[in-house]
Amino acid sequence: MAADEAAKAGFRTAAAPQDWVRLSVDGRELAVPPGTSILEAARRAGVEIPTLCYHPELTVAGACRLCLVEVEGARNLAAACATPVQQDMVVHTESPQVVEARRTVLELLLQNHPLECYRCERNGDCRLQDYAYRYQVEAPRRPGAVRHFAPDDRNPFFVRDYDKCILCGQCVRVCDEIQAIGAIDYTRRGFNTQITSAYGQGLEEAGCVFCGMCVDVCPVGALVPKYALGAGRSWEKTWRRTICPYCGVGCAIELAVKGGRIVGARAAHDSPANAGKICVKGHFGWDFVQSPDRLTTPLVRRGGKDGPLEPASWEEALHRVARGLAEIREQYGPDALAVLSSAKCTNEENYLMQKLARAALGTNNVDHCARLCHASTVAGLATAFGSGAMTNSIGDLAQAQVLLVIGSNTTEAHPVIGLRIKEAVRRGAKLIVADPRRIPLTRYADLHLQLLPGTNVALLNGLAWIIWKRGWYDAEFVAARTEGFEGWSRAVEPYNPEYVSKLTGVPVQALEEAARFYAQAERAAIVYSMGVTQHTSGTDGVLAVANLAMLTGNLGRPGTGVNPLRGQNNVQGACDMGALPDVLPGYQKIEDPAVREKFGRAWGVRLPERPGLTVTEIMDAAARGQIKGLYLMGENPVLSDPDAGHVQQALQRLDFLVVQDIFLTESAALADVVLPGTTFAEKEGTFTNTERRVQKFMPVIEPVGAARPDWQILLDVAERLGHRWDTRTPAAILDEAASLTPIYGGIRHRRLGPAGLQWPCPTPDHPGTPILHTQQFSRGKGLFYPVTYRRAHELPDEEYPFILSTGRLLFHFHTGTMSRRSPELTTHRPWERSEINRQDAARLGLKDGDVARIRSRRGSVLARVEVTDRVPPGVVFMTFHYRESAANLLTAAALDPVARIPEFKVSAVQVEKVAPEQAPAVPEEYARCMRPEARV
Amino acid sequence: MAEGEATGAAFPVRRGGQPQEAADPASDARWQRLEELLAGRARQPGQLIPLLQEIQGLFGYLPRPALERLADESRLSLNRIYGVATFYAQFRLQPRGLHVVRVCVGTACHVRGSARIMQRVQEELGVGAGETTADGIFSLEPVACLGCCGLAPVMMVDETPYGKLTPERAQQVLRRYRREAMARQGRDPVAGAQAADAGAACDAHFPA
Repeated sequence: MAADEAAKAGFRTAAAPQDWVRLSVDGRELAVPPGTSILEAARRAGVEIPTLCYHPELTVAGACRLCLVEVEGARNLAAACATPVQQDMVVHTESPQVVEARRTVLELLLQNHPLECYRCERNGDCRLQDYAYRYQVEAPRRPGAVRHFAPDDRNPFFVRDYDKCILCGQCVRVCDEIQAIGAIDYTRRGFNTQITSAYGQGLEEAGCVFCGMCVDVCPVGALVPKYALGAGRSWEKTWRRTICPYCGVGCAIELAVKGGRIVGARAAHDSPANAGKICVKGHFGWDFVQSPDRLTTPLVRRGGKDGPLEPASWEEALHRVARGLAEIREQYGPDALAVLSSAKCTNEENYLMQKLARAALGTNNVDHCARLCHASTVAGLATAFGSGAMTNSIGDLAQAQVLLVIGSNTTEAHPVIGLRIKEAVRRGAKLIVADPRRIPLTRYADLHLQLLPGTNVALLNGLAWIIWKRGWYDAEFVAARTEGFEGWSRAVEPYNPEYVSKLTGVPVQALEEAARFYAQAERAAIVYSMGVTQHTSGTDGVLAVANLAMLTGNLGRPGTGVNPLRGQNNVQGACDMGALPDVLPGYQKIEDPAVREKFGRAWGVRLPERPGLTVTEIMDAAARGQIKGLYLMGENPVLSDPDAGHVQQALQRLDFLVVQDIFLTESAALADVVLPGTTFAEKEGTFTNTERRVQKFMPVIEPVGAARPDWQILLDVAERLGHRWDTRTPAAILDEAASLTPIYGGIRHRRLGPAGLQWPCPTPDHPGTPILHTQQFSRGKGLFYPVTYRRAHELPDEEYPFILSTGRLLFHFHTGTMSRRSPELTTHRPWERSEINRQDAARLGLKDGDVARIRSRRGSVLARVEVTDRVPPGVVFMTFHYRESAANLLTAAALDPVARIPEFKVSAVQVEKVAPEQAPAVPEEYARCMRPEARV
Repeated sequence: MAEGEATGAAFPVRRGGQPQEAADPASDARWQRLEELLAGRARQPGQLIPLLQEIQGLFGYLPRPALERLADESRLSLNRIYGVATFYAQFRLQPRGLHVVRVCVGTACHVRGSARIMQRVQEELGVGAGETTADGIFSLEPVACLGCCGLAPVMMVDETPYGKLTPERAQQVLRRYRREAMARQGRDPVAGAQAADAGAACDAHFPA
């Protein structure tokens, strides 16, 4: 029970209580595990020793000398943060000698500190101020030499005021130890020490990723976000916890609220998903919530298709929605209708949306953008393991001895998981990165397998071949836990290293080494993302990943696993809740009569039997005139889907389009009725992150204007379609979902604390499941499913000589509607910078910042280019964040045959230089979001 | 640390340029040698300072491209390496000039007006403390003591001390060195000839 007690006391220790060290702090007797510092011991006992440089998540610096304490029998005062407890120690934390020493330290700091607290952002929340007050330190009357340096305000994110800096070094350590970037350090040490980047560079040039964690740890007002200046005193702000609305990591964050408006953000430290870490989007990307562009009232087109969208009452709008959908159903049947649910919306809302489609409209035509990111994961892993989700937890990635990261630009697309990978490397793990681009993670990698786009299956089969032929595989695991090995090995037979090297472009030696690293580690984890899934061979790629993990027994244990990183904050939840055409909540197959019977009984309807259409099929059907009515919630297919021109035509051809969103997006502009939904900050619900962690959040502010939480809107629409559902709160909606969904069976709002619960959680007393497949696979035995390499649907040729790959940038998200409204993010990265290799650029006469026309068989766009070695020759990389340079006008709707996911990662394009004047303008709604100093 | 006083700037502004900038990596054997130094050692713990010393041995200072290579190979950030390099007085981030001018700012010289000497020298050279002139002839380094306080105020050019200075004398000395250097570089033969004469007349460094 020792471990239990230790855990209860908040210690991570193996020592049994009888081995604990007994000591006295200010007359209080306590016992703590050996190795605990005096500071930590005192804090546990409720004795608050002042510190300026100490942070529990960073290494101990012992620099500020404020935590000095008196230890009886010791010659000098001891720094409590750096001194471990000893048996029978007697510690005095506030003796006259200690107080005198602290006063001296504070006086010296104040000598070099402007005493202009009235205009300091941290007034009332400043440790230096607090301690100067606590010890009644007088302001220095005759200061000696004083340092003075101009503040560094060169970046759009935050200001470093050198005069206020007390050189505690917390920012340096968080940047080095947590972010592993090291953008700053102490320079010119001595009287003139400053914390700067090399050669006085701005942070932008120094590799800073602007996560802002340095700002969060600063104990004084030396590092302050620009948005905070003048925006509210510390005592006027209330910090409210929520879940970040961007990627699938699901970081817990806190938003500062003043007068009903959000005025700041920081990481919360109580969720295992991010454990106090945060990235630039979480820290600086919340302005969209309060954008003047938010939809604040429903809009309808009273004058028919050609009339304008006009403001309307909810009553009128809802009536039109119900009538429009009902008319199509009556005239053409339910399958002329389709809905797109949203990975940005809550579990409760996704549950309602698919219920609306199936129970109220009577169609299985329900899908969402997971089709475009991880449909192949859901299909592939369901086949191999029986469950299409990340097998392990984010936290245990750091325990891996070897990490194989394939097709995941983790530090940019899932930045906080990127931190875990860097943490593993810091602890000595080997990192193998397989990616066509020299992504930022390659800096930390032992091996970079720079494969040609579209050759994942060949590479993965090739690694498996080596492991199999060399006898490095886990024969015991294969025999006991899996099936299909025979058939699989016949399929893998041709993938010898020479052949694979020819297909992938990866040298034989690198293949051998990667295979050896991965196979010979006791604990090896695979992390993958859309570089694997977004191919016509996406499902095969996922299966090949699964095969590799099963072959080496790297499943079911901490530090192992197959870990797909999901893109949207709630894309996992939207899938879990059955916003998919072929499965009901919990991946229960619509084709299974027993499943239909169960849901039909609960919902009081007869469910449609055949699986519905996927996103891309819905668009095709709409273009053909087969789908007549579409209800979009929180999706913007005009920008996010492949072959955007085709999507736009499809939407225009519809008889009736409803769009429920927070902005008048490109898709919403085509709608007959627009319903204003709310953001994460204005509603209650749950999100499920990429590690299957269901996390609850509460509203931070009131909905803007007449906007309503999406779950309320869906209930209203259903009611007007004749289905009054009595689940009138998010908690009640999740209760109903859980009662029908075994993997969510035990999940209730009231059970969800700061750590949430990881599904499967079948019963109300189940603690959740951090690691899947520990004893057996969800399907029983793991299935080796033979896969073979197929070439991408479109390869470069003479006319279109480049491969276009698409992806994300750290500083923006998806179609940009959220991130481009952040003054900081949009100032920092105002426009697309398509990456092109140095050699290709030289041949085309392109320099950094030049404008190019990029053209495919589907369309053409203009974009500025960045000349770089990040992409290999022959490859062009574009993000899909910028609508004025919309990459998806170029991509093809070529689909994976199983998962129907489009091949976003490979298209053939041509590139030509055009005049600089042809640079596409930043759209007006984003241009005016730029920080004032950046607007010209 | 070269900088003795607060400059008010967020970082040292280099006014002097880098006259003896290490040459193009492709055509310079020193860069090959750098790669050999880095191979295998860059990632070993405890190797940062020895490597910085060897890089300085190779180039005479720490060229930025060399530190960037070290950063790539060592997985340490350039910023961390720069922090270390600016901590130790032994490391130089700029190439040194042909002549190193050390102006004493120690106690005895301070009492005898070294501030005025320093100011005149800076004006004459057009560079600040720790910097090198654009023509590559002088590097200016303030020092705490040159060990001949009886001659205060003192400056030393390379190995030659000049004592009991006035600002005008300091200026004359520096002009002479400049003329000689330019003459030797064939930049101004007439001035060079004159400089040779002037040099002969200037042997008495310590006027009574």
